Amino acid sequence: MLAVENLEVVYNDVVLVLRGISLEVPDGSVVALLGANGAGKTTTLRAITGLLDIHEGEVTKGRVTWNGENITDLDPSRRVGLGISQVMETRRIFGEMTVDENLTAGGYVRGGDTVIRDKVYSLFPQLEERRRSVAGYLSGGEQQMLAIGRAMMQQPDLLILDEPSLGLAPRLVQEVRDIIAEINEQGTSVLLIEQNAMMALSIAHHGYIMETGKLVMDGKPEKLLADDDVREFYLGIGGEGDGGRRSFRDVKHYKRRKRWLS
Amino acid sequence: MRGRPLLVTNYADDQAMLKSTTQTVMAGLFLLFLVCIPLFAPGAIGGGESRIPGPTFLAGADWLKLLSELGIFAMAALGLNILSGLAGQVSLGHAFFMGLGAYTAAVLGSGPGALWGVGLPIWVWLPMAGLIPAAVGIVISPTAVRVRGLYLAIVTLGLVFIGEYVWRNLDFITGGSQSGRNFPALQVRLWREEEALLDLEASGTWLGFLNLSGEGKFYLFILALTVLFVIVAKNIQRSRVGRAFQAIRDRDVAAEIMGVDEFRYKTLAFAISSFYAGVAGALLAVEVGRTIPEQWDLLLSVEIIAIVLIGGAGSISGVLMGSAFVVLLPRLVQDFGNLLQQSAASGGVLATIFDPILSTGPGDFGVVNLSPGVAPGLGILQLNTLIYGLLIIAFLIFEPLGLYGVWVRIRNYWKGWPFTY
Repeated sequence: MLAVENLEVVYNDVVLVLRGISLEVPDGSVVALLGANGAGKTTTLRAITGLLDIHEGEVTKGRVTWNGENITDLDPSRRVGLGISQVMETRRIFGEMTVDENLTAGGYVRGGDTVIRDKVYSLFPQLEERRRSVAGYLSGGEQQMLAIGRAMMQQPDLLILDEPSLGLAPRLVQEVRDIIAEINEQGTSVLLIEQNAMMALSIAHHGYIMETGKLVMDGKPEKLLADDDVREFYLGIGGEGDGGRRSFRDVKHYKRRKRWLS
Repeated sequence: MRGRPLLVTNYADDQAMLKSTTQTVMAGLFLLFLVCIPLFAPGAIGGGESRIPGPTFLAGADWLKLLSELGIFAMAALGLNILSGLAGQVSLGHAFFMGLGAYTAAVLGSGPGALWGVGLPIWVWLPMAGLIPAAVGIVISPTAVRVRGLYLAIVTLGLVFIGEYVWRNLDFITGGSQSGRNFPALQVRLWREEEALLDLEASGTWLGFLNLSGEGKFYLFILALTVLFVIVAKNIQRSRVGRAFQAIRDRDVAAEIMGVDEFRYKTLAFAISSFYAGVAGALLAVEVGRTIPEQWDLLLSVEIIAIVLIGGAGSISGVLMGSAFVVLLPRLVQDFGNLLQQSAASGGVLATIFDPILSTGPGDFGVVNLSPGVAPGLGILQLNTLIYGLLIIAFLIFEPLGLYGVWVRIRNYWKGWPFTY
């Protein structure tokens, strides 16, 4: 189980981005982390996978534990060895390698294993057709699948996905969602960071909502989906008065607080 | 906006050269201090010993020369900063343009003699020392703007080697490797008359009561020119052209999509940077007095790059800090060495502290060697080079934004502290 306890992150000694975040990803579950742009979702993720250093970030308070072990100060590569695997935002596939080579590289910590590779290819039949082509020439959807497949080569216990639906056509979003659900069914926990709330909440067991470095709400997807604010700001449905869609910023702060807390 | 002095409400204010009253006052006082430096010398004002109170040692000939050199290097680095810091084009060829400027000045400014010289006044040779390199920069840039990053570095590296070869062989201009050549004196004339209107290298009296040494005058001239160059560079940076440069630096393809003509602006960046380099090169040669072709080598380029990197690429105050750092550091290390030597000789508490790191004679081991050739350990000069290199490495690792970055970080830390939750 991954647990983030009271995490506070400061960038460059100057910018306070996370103001005390606590969340849990129980074994075998899908947890969605939602929030507007700049809320701190990716920073939370960096703290979990250990990539804060290169962004001049620092955990100033709190800790990240994995199966009870404190991993807050562990090297990113060590965490991969412990079974935490990340699919980065905008994919970051190795553009000049072939699909096969990308997957081989993905299996670096576990050693090259054709069984795992076949399993990955069974998840992504499209990739198998193109296993000898250069990854940089794949379409956006195929690249996203390759990125997920590459992370799956590590046979992770926890798969973290940062905006897997970014820039994908609606049908591909559905496809990626189904794949994530399938990966979860096979026993991998998933932490899903998304802008596409509908997609994320449709497969999540639990959802967290972030705003300016704090968690403002969490609960079962049904509860979140039924919430007026979530419906208005993340799903673009309804809104009171003659409203239509409205931005977060238009809502008076005190009003928003009251509703979140009620 | 009374009571909110740091609240900026429009772009013009945000881009202002001096953003607050404090900044204006501090900059003004600092400039006044810089102008007054030559007047710190005893007897600088009127007769007798009267002077402006201040650190007298700064008004000594050696420090004035050092400060002039600082100004000259700052000018050269400002040019490279426009090319590398703003437009993002790595160039190792700065020394070539500095050399070109120097020899343009030499040919146009020196009187006829053994070497080719036309003997024109300063108001011709100094601007031409910038314009000719700028023109050459424009001619060369089509080859340079086609390549990016590391490849551009190699292309411009070639420029330095070609330049050095050309200077060595054009011995009717450069004097060749053996003897080198003299450069024109810093004298203002209307045309070619004998008596100079204003001699900036000989001591004399200004306004009837300011007694200035030759070095003092030279320093003031360099100071004025540096201030001018800083203002021009700052204005380039915050204008349409500067924004185009920065757009190209940050993402050249995106800049083109915005309608920025990449080719034109890269060429322009080369031209402006070469102008700065040329003028600085000419002044450097004039200050040194006599140079050989080998002076305009890769090491000079690297030194200028070091200034830009240590100071903080893309920032003008950074370039000034970087120049001060690079030019003054050797002197400070040397003074520190002398201090070590004195305290070692005089005995006492300091001598006991320094003894383990000093080696004064053959049997005495230590890191720093005060009697070269006799004792083991590093001489002061070697130590200097070592510290210099270590500092550059340390800066690139710990503070890639340079001295300016350190300053900004400290400032923002106190602005943001304590965090609001």
